[in-house]
Amino acid sequence: MKRIYMDYAATTPVDTRVLAAMLPFFNDNFGNPSSLHAFGQEAKRAVEKARDTIAAYIGASPEEIVFTSGGTESDNCAIKGVAYAKKDKGNHIITSSIEHHAVLESCRFLEENGFEVTSVPVDADGLVDPSDVEKAITDRTTLISIMHGNNEIGTMQPVAEIGDIARRRGVVFHTDAVQSFGCPPIDIDGMNVDLLSASGHKIYGPKGVGILYIRKGTRIQPFMHGGGQERGRRASTHNVPGIVGMGKAVELAMADMDQETDRLISLRDRMIRGILENIDDSRLNGHPLRRLPNNVNVSIEYVEGESLLLSLDMEGIACSTGSACTSSNLEPSHVMMAIGLPHETAHGSLRFTLGRYTSEEDIEYVTGILPGIVKRLRAMSPLYKEDRI
Amino acid sequence: MQEYSEKVMEHFRNPRNVGEIKNPDGVGKVGNPVCGDIMELQIKVEDGVIVDARFKTFGCGAAIATSSMVTELIKGKTIDEASKISNHAVAEALGGLPPIKMHCSVLAEEALTKAIEDYRRRGEGRR
Repeated sequence: MKRIYMDYAATTPVDTRVLAAMLPFFNDNFGNPSSLHAFGQEAKRAVEKARDTIAAYIGASPEEIVFTSGGTESDNCAIKGVAYAKKDKGNHIITSSIEHHAVLESCRFLEENGFEVTSVPVDADGLVDPSDVEKAITDRTTLISIMHGNNEIGTMQPVAEIGDIARRRGVVFHTDAVQSFGCPPIDIDGMNVDLLSASGHKIYGPKGVGILYIRKGTRIQPFMHGGGQERGRRASTHNVPGIVGMGKAVELAMADMDQETDRLISLRDRMIRGILENIDDSRLNGHPLRRLPNNVNVSIEYVEGESLLLSLDMEGIACSTGSACTSSNLEPSHVMMAIGLPHETAHGSLRFTLGRYTSEEDIEYVTGILPGIVKRLRAMSPLYKEDRI
Repeated sequence: MQEYSEKVMEHFRNPRNVGEIKNPDGVGKVGNPVCGDIMELQIKVEDGVIVDARFKTFGCGAAIATSSMVTELIKGKTIDEASKISNHAVAEALGGLPPIKMHCSVLAEEALTKAIEDYRRRGEGRR
């Protein structure tokens, strides 16, 4: 059976060139970068080369890049790290209602520990209004954390404007760029960010490695204590193969960034049209233009997302759904609720995320198969009345 | 994604008794859009025996499979026998359900209970 992977936002395969770059660092060059001997120094050079590559990609200095275990750790480190470093100045944090759980749960933890959190709403397209952020700032606000590209609906936030407000008001600004890192281009100065989280496995690198960009002069309270690695900001022996892999993954992404961005946008829009034109009562979730180049998120009325997902999986097609029928509270995703979808519509959402190995044929195949699946499930649905069309 | 048993997937792939009955003797509609599952079960009863059962379901794979299974289990049974079928019996007949999906079997049991109640109420009306 033909198998088509359209869940690149969940994770990506490691590019063979990335894997090749990593392999020597498991055995031949196994040294600990903190060791002074030649074995250690070889490994250290590889780590610093990766750091240089990543810094160059986002327009940062190498010493502003801290390697972590991934996006979740970077978010935790940024949010808790700034909140605690600034706790004598204030205890108020601003975030949005559609952040990734790594941000939301870090904020919840802080709330349980005496901090105050304001969550600004989003509009029907999932956009934060920068003026809402500005209005939420008080003299106790120390941190704003608003994501770059949303992992579910793909909406890209006006981070540059929000960052500008943060800077004028003397508040630290963090953005979770896990989904946008690698495509489209990222420029931390243009974005006015002080901290930025990214992950290796979303960009054809390995799992278990990520970065936190920390602008020079921004203090964080570290919470990995130990050997003083990463200038004391994140103790733990370096994950050398992982770091080398992430560096190589960024190098490859940079090589054809503009073409790949254009290619994905064209595939994305073709797929959105293919779905909306061929399935009645379907809608696009997220902003039509200000969205991640690889994100297609649609709601299909009268059917439930998990049964769509299973049906597609039976055809060899992998995607995801915001119908958290599997979540313990049975509520659909917080993002779907935040953009104001009725429960039925939120439960009928499907996310297809495209990537380096997605072809036009794949798009044709999926948009060709989906209407039949929808028809079959609608025939079973008590919400669907055929005479209405 | 939860791991479903072969039996669940088989019923999801080929659900039995989908649809509606003309002039049903009992109807049970349960669930709500908030939790993402809505089940409608219809039964046809002759001489106290369920001769036909049909369902329509909006919901996940487990919701569709449990709906399908409950129609299979009750067909040919007397109303009294059918009223004793529990959610656990439905889940068991499907080779088990992931813990987080047990609520789907509860919903199937509730749909059955409501359909039988509806049947009995109609019977009282006729007397």
